[in-house]
Amino acid sequence: MKWLLVALCVSSTVIGDVFRSLGMRHHGEISDFRPGALGGALSAIARNWMVIVSTCAMAVSFFSFMKLVSIAPMSFAVPVSAITFIPETFLARYLLKEAVDWRRWTGIGLILVGVVLISQ
Amino acid sequence: MPVTDVRRKTQLFAVLSVLSNVAGNSALTHGMQALGDVGNSPIDLIAALFHPWVALGVFMLVVWTFAHMALLSWADLSYVMPVTAIGYVVTAFAGRFFLGETVSPTRWAGIVFITVGVFLVGGTHPVSEKKPDGGQ
Repeated sequence: MKWLLVALCVSSTVIGDVFRSLGMRHHGEISDFRPGALGGALSAIARNWMVIVSTCAMAVSFFSFMKLVSIAPMSFAVPVSAITFIPETFLARYLLKEAVDWRRWTGIGLILVGVVLISQ
Repeated sequence: MPVTDVRRKTQLFAVLSVLSNVAGNSALTHGMQALGDVGNSPIDLIAALFHPWVALGVFMLVVWTFAHMALLSWADLSYVMPVTAIGYVVTAFAGRFFLGETVSPTRWAGIVFITVGVFLVGGTHPVSEKKPDGGQ
């Protein structure tokens, strides 16, 4: 049950983040923060199917994480959920075609080690 | 009033994203612990939303969602994801100063690792299409 929830939490977070990035990139850069312009952007984003998929995946991620911390200690749940950094970085590099240089790879590696240590 | 300075607005929204996420999770956890076992039925869960701390937590997480979405409309996922990991450090410091929790040497080491990692990624340009060399 514990590892099933980890798999569900990690996969839904990865799907949620990647689709949110794809959807927002498709929408375009938000640069006008006046209320009217933000309302228009919000209306367009709410009809973007990639953002809808992302929101559903994030809801699954949220509830599976809540369930996970109810049956496992935070010192397990927090570092194990940080596994998402690895597939997300690979997907950012190869699916989203981002320039992931050595500083990003090293930084993500250091953060992963840090998350394991900070959760002890 | 369009905001075109990408680095400045990335910093602003990254800070907003981290603070709203930490505040939202903390308020939600505090509220759910105060409520105790709320049961599993949808009505029980909806009723829990009216607890002040749970409502504040949900509101802050809605702010986080919008800030995170705005960030991803211009910045790379491989930039946003690690940079906002500084939230782990903010949570540890919030626990230390507001809840009086002790921070062990191992946790201090974790804080150092995360901070160095965040600064390393933060030194790259947020948008890889414009500055594929990292922007330095």
